[in-house]
Amino acid sequence: MSVSQVSNSDVDVFDLPSDSDRKMLLKRVAIVVGITVLVVVLAYWRTGGSGLLVTQAIVTGLLVGGVYSLIALGLTLIFGVLHIINFAQGALVTMGMYATYVISSNLGWNPYLTLVISIPLLLVFGGLVQILIINRSMGEAHENQLLLTLALGLLIENTLLLVFGGNPLSVRSGPETVYNIFGAVATQSRIIAFLGASLLAVLLFIMLQRTGIGTAIRAVAANPTGARLVGINVKRIYIITFAIGAACAGAAGTLVVPFVSIQPIAGEVFNVTAFVVVVLGGLGKVVGAMFGGLIVGLAEQFGGIFFPDQSNLLGVFAVFILILFLRPQGLFANAS
Amino acid sequence: MSHFIQVENLSKRFRGLAALNNVSFTVDQGEVLGIIGPNGAGKTTLFNCMAGTLPATSGKVTFSDVDVTGWTDTKLANFGLVRTFQLMRPFGSMTVLENVNVAALVKNKDHKEAEKIAKNVLERVGLDHYSHRRSRDLPTAALKRLELARALALSPTVLLLDEVLAGLVPVERAPVIDLLKKIRDEGTTLLFVEHVMQAVMQLSDKVLVLNHGQRLALGTPSEVSSNSEVIEAYLGDEISNA
Amino acid sequence: MSIQTPMVDISPRHIWSDKNVIALLIGIVVLVPFPLVFGASQEAIAIRVMIIGILGISWNIMSGYGGMFSFGHAAYFGIGAYSSSVMLVNFDISPWIGMLVGMGLAALFGVIIGYLSFRYKLRGTYFALATFAFAEMLRIIVMSADALNAGVGYHIPLITESSWWLMQFPSGSPNYFWLGLTLLGASLLISILFVRSRAGQFVIAIREDESAAASLGIPVLKFKLIAISVSGAVGAIAGVFYTQYYLFIDPDLAFGASRSIEAILAPVVGGVGTIWGPIVGSSVLAPLTDITAALLRNPPGPLGFLEGRSGLDIMLYAILIIVMILFLPKGIFGTIKEKVSRK
Repeated sequence: MSVSQVSNSDVDVFDLPSDSDRKMLLKRVAIVVGITVLVVVLAYWRTGGSGLLVTQAIVTGLLVGGVYSLIALGLTLIFGVLHIINFAQGALVTMGMYATYVISSNLGWNPYLTLVISIPLLLVFGGLVQILIINRSMGEAHENQLLLTLALGLLIENTLLLVFGGNPLSVRSGPETVYNIFGAVATQSRIIAFLGASLLAVLLFIMLQRTGIGTAIRAVAANPTGARLVGINVKRIYIITFAIGAACAGAAGTLVVPFVSIQPIAGEVFNVTAFVVVVLGGLGKVVGAMFGGLIVGLAEQFGGIFFPDQSNLLGVFAVFILILFLRPQGLFANAS
Repeated sequence: MSHFIQVENLSKRFRGLAALNNVSFTVDQGEVLGIIGPNGAGKTTLFNCMAGTLPATSGKVTFSDVDVTGWTDTKLANFGLVRTFQLMRPFGSMTVLENVNVAALVKNKDHKEAEKIAKNVLERVGLDHYSHRRSRDLPTAALKRLELARALALSPTVLLLDEVLAGLVPVERAPVIDLLKKIRDEGTTLLFVEHVMQAVMQLSDKVLVLNHGQRLALGTPSEVSSNSEVIEAYLGDEISNA
Repeated sequence: MSIQTPMVDISPRHIWSDKNVIALLIGIVVLVPFPLVFGASQEAIAIRVMIIGILGISWNIMSGYGGMFSFGHAAYFGIGAYSSSVMLVNFDISPWIGMLVGMGLAALFGVIIGYLSFRYKLRGTYFALATFAFAEMLRIIVMSADALNAGVGYHIPLITESSWWLMQFPSGSPNYFWLGLTLLGASLLISILFVRSRAGQFVIAIREDESAAASLGIPVLKFKLIAISVSGAVGAIAGVFYTQYYLFIDPDLAFGASRSIEAILAPVVGGVGTIWGPIVGSSVLAPLTDITAALLRNPPGPLGFLEGRSGLDIMLYAILIIVMILFLPKGIFGTIKEKVSRK
C-alpha cells in the first residue's frame, strides 16, 4: 500500500506548501506581519504611548493563542477529513475541564497530570460519537451535520450542567509564580498551558507528516475515494480523526483549568475563537490553525486595547468578519 | 448588412491557452446553426461565452443590433436569448408544472397568465401527463424535455442548446429532434452544440465547425460534410456515418 | 438545502380556496375559546408555543424556503424587541408602531448583511457562520451601549389595566392569548402568501438550483434579499411579542445564541420548508420545557437525584434534534406531508 505520494495541489490539506506556493505564502506572511506591526503601532498610540500595555497584550495574546491553536487544530482536522464543522468542540473542551476537576478533587492529582486521563477519555468519547451519531449522516448536506454537532454540544453542556450544577468550580495547581517577560506579567499556569498546547500541536503535526496513520489521514482528507481504492479503511480513519479532534479539545481543557473557572458554559468562548481561528487559517489547513490561533489570541487582546469598554470578543469578531469577507478561504489556502 | 446574431473575433484565453481564437460567424433570424468539432475544439467555450456564463477575453457578440458582449446569462435571458444545460437542472422538489410555471413567471407577473403559458408549453413539449409529478423523480428523457420546456416558457427569440441529445439512447432522440423541428418551425432561432451528427445534419441550416479554438468551416450540412479539412479533423469518423 | 424539503404545493389558484389558508382560518376559530377553557399555566405554555412558532416561521422563510441557512436569527428577534422597547420606554410610543419600526429595521439589517455576504460570495456554511458572527456582534455592541441600557436591558413599564394599544394586559389575561393568536396567524398568513407569490416561487427555484434560476432570467440577488427581509421582519414580530409578554428584555435574551438555536429547532423538528412545520415543531418543543421543569421540581422516586437541577430540558431538545436529523430529516410535519402526497 503506497500512500506516500498522495497529494493533489488543490486539495493539499495537510502537506507542507510546495516550492511554487512557498513564494505566495511568504508574501502573505509578510502582509500579515505587516498588518500586525501596524496594529501594534496603532495600539501603542492608542494607549498613550504605554509600551507596557502593548507588550502585555502581545504576551497574553500569544500565550492564550497557543491554546486556541490546539483547539482549532482539532476542529480543522475534523473539517479537513470529515468535512464537518464540529460545533461541539467548545463543549468537548469543557468536558476536559470537568474530567480534570473530578480527578483532581477526588484523587488529589496535579491537574496537569490528568492529561493522562483526559486525553484518552476524549479520544474514546470522540470515537464513540463518530460511530454512533455522526457516521450515519456522513455525506449529507453540511447543514444537517452542523445541526447535529450543535445538538451534541448542547447535550454535552447541559449534561454537565445537570450533573455538576452551574456553580463555578476551580482547581488550582498550587501557588502561582509570576514571570516577567519584557516587562509584561505572565503567570506560570498560562506559560505551561502555552507550552503544553504547543508541544501537543507539534506532536500532532509530526504524527500527521511522519506516521502511517497520519499519512492515511491526509490521504482521506485529500481524496477519500482514492484512499479507499488503495486499501485505507476510510470509516476507521473518520473515527480516529474525530477522536483526535476531540482529544485536542479535551487536552486544551485540562491545560487551562488552573487559570479558568470551570462552568458548563466555559467552553463556549473557545468555540467561538476556535471557529475564527479555523476560518482565518483556512478550513482544513493544519498549519493555518497553528498560526491562526496566535493571531486570534493577539486580536482578542488588542481588541481590548482599541475597544476598552467592550467585550474582548469584539476584536475577535471584527477579525472574523474581515476574514470572511476578504479572504474566506483563509490565509493559508492555496493561490486561487 | 447586419445579421440577427453576429459574433466577431471572439477569443477566450485561459492563462495563455487560447480556447477560442478569433471566431467569427453570423446567424440570421429563424436559422438553425449547428456547432460541431472534435473534442477540445472549443465548442463548449464558445457556447458559454455566448450564453453569458464565461466572459470572453476579446471580441464582440451582437444580437438584434445590440452589443451583448459580456452580458450575464440572466440579462440575456430577459432579452430573449435563453440557454439550456447539458446536465439537467430541474428545480427538484417542485413539480413539472411548477418548474415551467416559474419560468413563465419571469416575463408574466400575472399568475393566471403564467399558468396558462406553462400548461401550453408542457403540451407542446409532450410532458403534460407528468404535470404533477415531482421533477426530481423524472427519467432522463423527460428531464431533457423539461429543460426545453422551461426555456420555451420564456418565449425566447434565440435558444442556445448545450448537447441537448447527450445522455439519450437513439430511440429517445427522435422525439426530441422532432420537437426541435417544431420549435424551429415556430420561428425561434436555434444554436446548438451537438455530437450526434445525424441530428446536426437533419436540423441545421448552417453548420459551424470548430477545431483548436478556430473556425474551420461554415456552410450547409452537405458542404461541411464533404469538406476535406473537416473530415480530416474528425479522422473521417462521424461524418461519413451520419 | 438538504434538511430535506418536501414537495412544494402551490396548485390552488385562488387564495380563499388555498387549503393552507382554510386550515389557518379554521385553526384560529377553533383556538379562540382556548383561554376560556384552559387555565393560566396552560396559557403560558401556549404563548411560548406561539413565540417560538413565529420565530421558527421567520427562520423558515429564508432558511427553509430560501435555503440560506441562518445561524444568527436572534438578530431580527432582538432588533424587534429593542425597537419597540426603546420607543415605548423612552418615547411612550405604542409597541404596535414599535413593531412596524422593528420589522423595517430588521428587514434592513437582513438586506445589509445579506448583500455584503452575497457580494463577497459567501455560501452555505460560510454564510451561516457570518450570520452567527453578525448576531453576536449585535449582542456585544448592545451589551456595551449605554444608550440602549447596556447589559441592564429594559423593563416594560407596568400598567394596571388591559391595553391593546400598549400591547399589555394583566398577567394571565386571555387577551395575551388572543394577541398571540393574531400575531401567529398574521405570520402564518405572510408565509403562505409569500410562498404562493411570484417572489416566493423564485426564491424556492433559487434554492433548488441557483444557476438554473439565473439562466432563466431570475435576478438571484434581488430575490434572495427579498426572502431575507421578509424573514427578518417576521422575526421582529416574535421579539416584540416576547417583550410585551415577559415585560423584560436584555442583550442576552434578545440576541443570544439560544434564541438563534430556538429559531432553528422548531422548523427542524416540525419540517423545514413547510408552512406548518415550525408551529408543529414549537408545539412539541415548548411544552417540553415545562414538563422537564415540573419533573425537576418533583422527580418521581428513582429519579430523585434530579431534584433542583437544571439543564434537562435542553438535553432533551438536543437528543430530539439528533434523533430527528438522523431518522426523520423531513421533520414531523414534513414526513407526514410526503407520505400523504405520495398517494
